[in-house]
Amino acid sequence: MNGQGILKGMLVTAKNFFGSYVSRERLTTVSYPEGGNTIKEQSRNIPFLVFDGEDPVAGMRCTACQKCEKACPPQCIFIEKDKDERGKALQRPKVFDIDASVCMGCQICVEVCPFESIWMDSNFELSTFNRFEGLQFNREKLLKSNTYFHKIHPQQAQASDDRLAEKERKRLEREAARRAEKSASEPQV
Amino acid sequence: MKPFDIQPLTQRFPFVHADAFGNALIVPAKNLVSIVEWIQASRLYLCDTLSNVTGVDFLPKVIEEEGKDSEGNSVKIKKNIPGYIEVVYHFYSIELKRGPLTIKVRSNGRDNVRLPSLMPHYRSAEFQEREIFDLYGVYFEGHYDLRRLLMWESFEDFPMRKDYVPPNDNEYEPIASRHSGGDA
Amino acid sequence: MNTSTGYAPRNYKIVKHKDKTLLEVAMGPHHPSTHGVFRMDVKLDGETIIDLIPYFGYLHRNHEKLAEDMTYFSTMPYTDRLDYLCSMTNNWAYALTVEKLANISVPERAEYIRVIIGELTRLVNHMLLVGFYINDLGAIGTPLLYALREREKILDLFEWASGARMMCNYLRFGGIREDVSDEWLASCNKLVDAFPYFLDEYDQLLTGNEIVISRSQGVGVLSKELAINAGITGPMLRASGVNYDLRKTDSYSIYDRFNFRVPLGQFGDCYDRFMLRLLEMRESITILKQALRDIPKGEIQSKVPPVLKPKPGEAYGRIESPKGELGFYLVSDGSVNPYRYRVRPPSLINLTLLRDLCIGHKLADTIIIFGSIDIVLGEVDR
Repeated sequence: MNGQGILKGMLVTAKNFFGSYVSRERLTTVSYPEGGNTIKEQSRNIPFLVFDGEDPVAGMRCTACQKCEKACPPQCIFIEKDKDERGKALQRPKVFDIDASVCMGCQICVEVCPFESIWMDSNFELSTFNRFEGLQFNREKLLKSNTYFHKIHPQQAQASDDRLAEKERKRLEREAARRAEKSASEPQV
Repeated sequence: MKPFDIQPLTQRFPFVHADAFGNALIVPAKNLVSIVEWIQASRLYLCDTLSNVTGVDFLPKVIEEEGKDSEGNSVKIKKNIPGYIEVVYHFYSIELKRGPLTIKVRSNGRDNVRLPSLMPHYRSAEFQEREIFDLYGVYFEGHYDLRRLLMWESFEDFPMRKDYVPPNDNEYEPIASRHSGGDA
Repeated sequence: MNTSTGYAPRNYKIVKHKDKTLLEVAMGPHHPSTHGVFRMDVKLDGETIIDLIPYFGYLHRNHEKLAEDMTYFSTMPYTDRLDYLCSMTNNWAYALTVEKLANISVPERAEYIRVIIGELTRLVNHMLLVGFYINDLGAIGTPLLYALREREKILDLFEWASGARMMCNYLRFGGIREDVSDEWLASCNKLVDAFPYFLDEYDQLLTGNEIVISRSQGVGVLSKELAINAGITGPMLRASGVNYDLRKTDSYSIYDRFNFRVPLGQFGDCYDRFMLRLLEMRESITILKQALRDIPKGEIQSKVPPVLKPKPGEAYGRIESPKGELGFYLVSDGSVNPYRYRVRPPSLINLTLLRDLCIGHKLADTIIIFGSIDIVLGEVDR
């Protein structure tokens, strides 16, 4: 029969159309934003800095080693170290700027960080009304707490906490061993 | 794929020699077309497809060498090595399922570079040679339609050369980066 | 002039052509059917094409010069953006070339995961092409969205493994970045089992369709000799009947362990190219089933120095990307930046014959021929 191929095609279309009223699998759309967001746990957008505890500036893990600044391919990170009153360097950044309009979310800064202080955020609703100011993220906007990190990426946050706990444990063991050696080598009075 | 055995080629054309890395043949520019016609027809090679045409730019440089001056003392002599632009061809044979055969052609100097074109023999050289003309400034003689490919028609300079300075015409960028010329 | 290339010199101006006046139209860079910013100047006699000149360079970002300023590792996210639909295979070609240059080996589990991800990428690309091909033929919307619906499931798998749907940045020199969990493999298995039913449904929708057959058969016929001479690779070459698949001839990575067939076309027209991609999707499912069955446990990245400084040398590495032969040519002079970094783009080289294929056909056929060549402008312009 002429036109048989077209009719068979229309059967497929009808199956899909009427099937979307009946089976959940055929209905593949979500009414955003009322029907909910579909951010997965692993998704990444732009970076953010993690702090432990309550005070953002005192508890942040970043030590301004500038490794992420050098490794970033489009060079969108700008770091200045913090100094106290006498000019000695504190292990903290005074300025930590990320230009979110340049950042491409490649995750290389996360890979090279030795202190587990920079991780990827999955928030993509970042639109602003001005061209430059809204997308320049300074240190205060980037600092987010560890509880936030556990909320958005529970597995990564748990693994990071475990690694930090392991490092701390090894450091305490080395301290205890050094103290034991020193007291053993001191002459008995 | 098994690579080609270059013995028959070097026997037939004794003026080609291998390059410093050992896996490519350097061919003088005036013999390129005759060699290419031979490898297209020879039963040992049957190179029926030209896979890749690349241009590489080498700036002139000055190296120091050990030598002897007029009194017989050993001194370091400065030697000028002129710059050149090199075009690298990768040939494959679909019939014999062998490859690649790498051939390099060097130019004399970096000004007014003219090299023979392989477009009458291989159609795949059409766009790739146009791109090398656009980005390096090599004029291919015998190409049917040599004009710029990626840059616009009235563009003046050759962007991929090592001494190309990009114009600093970026608009305001809040954070300085090495790609924008350092201006904030 | 070698007549086997079939090329005629283009140094004649046609305004009056045999007592007719021709209309010269720019199918300009803003066009819904040109798959990106691509311009074609066509000279028309009624609806028939007399001449066609392509112009590109609208998306030129000088990727090759940027790579000479950055280290080998930092260029990896930029290779994602070359052929932006198949980002994993671009990463794979670059990682393969650097591993050839610096003599790095890859552990077993990483090779299996690379093959799984590479074949999933092939499915993603072919589904997009098939959907847009039917869209260009006139069935606007519905078959395209059926294909995209299945593609979303694979993109969800990519997001689970690497964090991003398109710009994945997942492969590293000597392996992959992060391991996949057993749940990911189980999810992949479920998708692979359900996929042939979708392909059967798509076949029923389109392959016997009289409109598709009458509009694509006999259109844009490409002969074997011209295709080999012009350096065409990939599905376009195999549709003309040449048995050349880099997964079988080069056997890069671990493809020699898998049992799969290579579909070949007979006439080299648009219908063959379209059907070939549907058949290649079925072969990809075969490879995926074998890889998911045999994947071993183990480590996923071999030891590589954090800043790579390969010895002076050069390397040309190539893979069978979904569009053709994607090759990288790297020259190193011993420092942390490459001296020359070159991408051999399959889309640009497959476009060489656009003019030859389109002359004599109608204007509407140009869009179909162009769609069956399968280009992505990010790769053509780099």
